[in-house]
Amino acid sequence: MTEPEIADLVRRTLFEVAPDLEGEEIEPDTPFRDQFEIDSMDFLNFVTGLAAATGIEVPEADYPQLQSLNDCVAYVSKG
Amino acid sequence: MPSLGADMDAGTLVEWLVKPGDHIDRGDIVAVVETQKGAIEIEIFETGTLVGIAVDVGEEVPVGTLLATIDTGDGAVAPPKPAAPAPAEPIPAAAPVVTPPPAVAVPERGARLRVSPAARRKAEALGVDLAGLRGSGPGGAIALRDVEAAAAKRPGPSVKPGLDLAEMRKAVAAAMARAKREIPHYYLGTTIDLTAVTDWLTTTNAERPITGRLLPAVPLLKATALALRESPGLNGLYVDGEFRPSEPVHIGVAIALRGGGLIAPAIHDCDRLRLNDLMSALRDLVGRARTGRIRGSEMSDPTITVTSLGEDEVETLYPVIYPPQVAIVGFGAPADRPWLVDGEVRARRLVNATLAADHRVSDGRRGSRFLKRLDRLLQEPDKL
Repeated sequence: MTEPEIADLVRRTLFEVAPDLEGEEIEPDTPFRDQFEIDSMDFLNFVTGLAAATGIEVPEADYPQLQSLNDCVAYVSKG
Repeated sequence: MPSLGADMDAGTLVEWLVKPGDHIDRGDIVAVVETQKGAIEIEIFETGTLVGIAVDVGEEVPVGTLLATIDTGDGAVAPPKPAAPAPAEPIPAAAPVVTPPPAVAVPERGARLRVSPAARRKAEALGVDLAGLRGSGPGGAIALRDVEAAAAKRPGPSVKPGLDLAEMRKAVAAAMARAKREIPHYYLGTTIDLTAVTDWLTTTNAERPITGRLLPAVPLLKATALALRESPGLNGLYVDGEFRPSEPVHIGVAIALRGGGLIAPAIHDCDRLRLNDLMSALRDLVGRARTGRIRGSEMSDPTITVTSLGEDEVETLYPVIYPPQVAIVGFGAPADRPWLVDGEVRARRLVNATLAADHRVSDGRRGSRFLKRLDRLLQEPDKL
């Protein structure tokens, strides 16, 4: 996947978890938590969705690397 | 119209899911009612055949109004039993808004305007006219910040009548005002070493696929439920001037909604659920709270509430009891802090647990014992 494709996937996954945010623009470097009142359950569902979509089994220790859009793109690019 | 919480005095029937002649079983969801807390699914507590519908879609009726009649097959035609008795003392209606609301034309769902649902809800809550806004989101969609900017520019406060976050705020206000007026609260707090729980969660979650992982809220809820079993005077309802203890522990879980809403529906029988099942129940409940699909029994059944701030928030909260409950347990944000262990200062994961309880029913000694029990249970997370 190219970086724009990954970014698109991240957006779609976030909007699936929090459908009320659909249409919101995501600031690429601001943590989701600070932009959208994402709580721990939203975040877990988001990471679960991202893992399912990419096939990457994300260990819990890696959660801090997935806080923002750009974080996620970098993480998924790495595989 | 069942009472779906102490702060509800009326509801609007928005959808019937059954029609006359249909067979219905106890537990079926038969209707959807719009309340100040959003759409609530109404379950039936009888088995039989629906004979007639007494309230049409779109009608707002007071709590206690007959909604429909069912034939239970034993010769008697019975109105369905409401999920809970009407409140002994109805909450007075919210004070009328002094400033007349401006003419607000919020387009219905499906209109051409591109608006994120969060922005739409915020606009409804703030009484902002979406039609006059210019969107800064992708493709010109109206985003949260556009609504907030428009609301900030407006000269005075305005409220759109109807069901929105402003209504939910009124419901919260009515319940909390009643709590502060009627309930002599006392407050206790203690710092609990959560290191055993976090270590156990780290080990347990590392062995699990992501779909099976547990959130820290799960052991906190389970330990709270178990501690309540042994703590008289905290789990139950204060109705008609007396305390009615509850054997089941139905914990109302405070869930914040984006944009400013707050709702605390029940997870039933928390003390009996295994941690995996409790996690599934919590995930399901949070999801439905966010999408407005809470069931009537979840609104009317909580016997106590737990509120938890989660990561990156402040350390301590002093919660207000949700009447007619008699206690609420609060957890601040867990944080790594210095702590004495075996005479040495070590870094430990700590959480401040607070209890607000009703002095008409219990006293500080009992409350203190509850918090001590909670602490002990959290030192052995593998036994929860």
